[in-house]
Amino acid sequence: MLSPATETELSEIVAGAKGPLRVVGGGTRPIGRPVAGEVLTVAALSGIELYEPGALTIVARAGTPLAEVEAALAAEGQRLPFEPMDHRALLGTGGEPTIGGVVAANVAGPRRIQAGAARDSLIGVRFVDGSGTIVKNGGRVMKNVTGYDLVKLMAGSWGTLGVLSEVAFKVLPAPEAAASLSLEGLSPLQAVEAMATALGSPFEVSGAAHLPGEGRTMLRIEGFVASVAYRAGRLSELMAPFGAVTVEEDGARVAEIWRGIRDVSGFAGRAGDVWRISVTPSDGPEIAARTGGEAMFDWGGGLIWALVPEGTDLRARLGAFAGHATLIRASEETRARIAPFQPEPAPLAKLSRGLREKFDPRGVLNPGLMGA
Amino acid sequence: MDMPAPDTGILSRKDRIVARLRAELPQAAVIHDEAEVRAYECDALTAYKCPPLAVVLPATTAEVATALRICHAEGVPVVPRGSGTSLAGGALPTADSVILGVSRMNKVLETDYDNRFIRVQSGRTNLSVTGAVEQEDFFYAPDPSSQLACAIAGNIAMNSGGAHCLKYGVTTNNLLGVTMVTMEGEVLEIGGAHLDAAGYDLLGVICGSEGQLGVVTEATLRILRKPEGARPVLMGYDSNEVAGQVVSDIIKAGVLPVAIEFMDRPCIEATEAFAKAGYPMCEALLIVEVEGSDAEIDEQLGLIMQIARRHNPVELREAQSEDEAKRIWLGRKSAFGAMGQINDYMCLDGTIPVSSLPYVLKRIGEMSKDYGLGVANVFHAGDGNMHPLILFDANKPGDLELCEAFGADILKLCVEVGGCLTGEHGVGIEKRDLMTTQFAPEDLEAQMRVKDVFDPKWLLNPAKVFPLEASRPRREKVVAA
Repeated sequence: MLSPATETELSEIVAGAKGPLRVVGGGTRPIGRPVAGEVLTVAALSGIELYEPGALTIVARAGTPLAEVEAALAAEGQRLPFEPMDHRALLGTGGEPTIGGVVAANVAGPRRIQAGAARDSLIGVRFVDGSGTIVKNGGRVMKNVTGYDLVKLMAGSWGTLGVLSEVAFKVLPAPEAAASLSLEGLSPLQAVEAMATALGSPFEVSGAAHLPGEGRTMLRIEGFVASVAYRAGRLSELMAPFGAVTVEEDGARVAEIWRGIRDVSGFAGRAGDVWRISVTPSDGPEIAARTGGEAMFDWGGGLIWALVPEGTDLRARLGAFAGHATLIRASEETRARIAPFQPEPAPLAKLSRGLREKFDPRGVLNPGLMGA
Repeated sequence: MDMPAPDTGILSRKDRIVARLRAELPQAAVIHDEAEVRAYECDALTAYKCPPLAVVLPATTAEVATALRICHAEGVPVVPRGSGTSLAGGALPTADSVILGVSRMNKVLETDYDNRFIRVQSGRTNLSVTGAVEQEDFFYAPDPSSQLACAIAGNIAMNSGGAHCLKYGVTTNNLLGVTMVTMEGEVLEIGGAHLDAAGYDLLGVICGSEGQLGVVTEATLRILRKPEGARPVLMGYDSNEVAGQVVSDIIKAGVLPVAIEFMDRPCIEATEAFAKAGYPMCEALLIVEVEGSDAEIDEQLGLIMQIARRHNPVELREAQSEDEAKRIWLGRKSAFGAMGQINDYMCLDGTIPVSSLPYVLKRIGEMSKDYGLGVANVFHAGDGNMHPLILFDANKPGDLELCEAFGADILKLCVEVGGCLTGEHGVGIEKRDLMTTQFAPEDLEAQMRVKDVFDPKWLLNPAKVFPLEASRPRREKVVAA
């Protein structure tokens, strides 16, 4: 296993690579086509390099444990806005998620609908491309249009365009309080309608999920104590036509509920493959029905988690739809047989291939993981 | 500021190129008369002008594709143009280029409140996107100062921001999908009403690429429900340092205002004389705005005023009425116009870490003395996006050059303290040759490789963003071909 301790070492290792490299952070998210290659971990590139609470910015080396970043932010009453999902329980993996892994996978959570995904908070990267060249893009300021936004390109590229060595984020104040509203017994169609009403209100909903298994629809609001109480009240009135509303105001309990939604805990430890489908929210119920499996909805209906029998080619069941489906959990055999990432239309696939060839001309970084 | 010499081969083929365009496009869509193309000789960076070879104003995506296919076949550079409000020269033509303007494409194609998006043609102006949804109490968040005139196409090209991005983000955070035509004339659909890309984040890299990767003809934009209310508070301080500290303290206290705007004395004086907003005469003025219900606003402003008081303000005024709120914003919103009344000015937009505000303002003051040119500062303090306005006299020989040298020094200072050359205006031609102060050759090479993929012949807006020296091998290879 290759484990560089500095960016320069990382650059030398990639430049000198004779064959494929399997790039990992904490190794907690084995998603995509299995990669055969020597393991290159950035775990030793660790540590927060700069944190300015007054400027809402943090810079950390890619291998820094996510937990360390979150703890540093929490100590100053701040947080990563995008609520990164922890895949360990769902995927049955161990290890320590790293901040670089969060970026490489463009991880998000329920707050995606309000605060964006990792890509939206990421303001700077340093990485080593497939030739071993060290490249920087963006920086440590939250408004920056100087040159092309390779920061976005790196987010969600799963280590196939470069190996991240450092990442910088815009962070936000953590709220003083949170409340969770729930409604019982709605169909997916009614639930998506209720969530659309809530998300179209001025009450700043930061989470909107529907768990058909439990027959529960949930909304979250966050902010100052009085503001949360006020909005919980107004939102309850707004939701009244959809049924009786229960409000949970205990902070620890609210956090637990939404951690469960974030980590798709309902599917953890259960047999079957797990797919993640991003759609236009109002299409959610119909697409979920097409999966033929068990579904849960986040993002107001726009994110479907589906649990289907092992080896199911879900895309064949879904047919054409506006959005994309990613195979998140399946055996290596299935992930080798069914493309984990949604195949792109030919003109976009050509651009993606072109980018891959430019940034990793020898094809040594996670070859095949995303397809090309 | 240099531009590449026009390709004489292209100039000599003007008639043929125009004839091909006119043969395949509606007559009214192609402008080639020398007097008429002059209307497109510059954008809002008016110091630089050059009439283009011709102008094409298509009405549909198909017409854009046709125009690009012809230009690609003829090897003619294309300069995409929205409303021409770029302050960076993003839409400045060269004599051998065709301007491709999307101003006729301004329709709303789809509005969906349940899924909270709007799909528009890219020539639609920023403000009229909000205009199309405000009867349902929705709005489009990015709000550049030029929002009355600027087009969504240009907003996407420059990844425009505005005063409210501390809370709502910039264009890239509010863009869900695009229809884009490549230089070869191929129509691409990227993204849609769903979130996040399936593969690489092409949408993310297109946004902010200054019209160098393709011509965006349609955009799917996120719309948001308007807050119940908003209220600004005005505070004045005796020094920039103290005002900078107040900004930092507010942010650290966990309040997230939608806007924190900062004006210094020269700017206050000019706007006061122009707009009579009733601003106090002091060294630094902050406008802080929060949103929500009345009670929520009271709570947040209570906290903010507490912090403000701790730093001994010379003035602290909460808007008590809608009218007063408007007056507080009036001065800020007319700042650029006010400065324009009294002087020629150049507007910069470097961004710095918020913690460096006092130091950078002090240094700018010192440099102002050295250069003998005045500077007024007005900017988005919450996110460190500065807007120093350097005052000069366009009629005085040498003043523009002096002003540009001063501007370059300010931007270098921004980079030195950990910031960047441009926070929301874009690089264009204005900051092109300063890119090497922020980026190593390898960093620029990585960016140029992206253009190689989207536009292998380097025909789209080719002499922008990258220092001419850095992009020369790529651009000249094209000419040779």
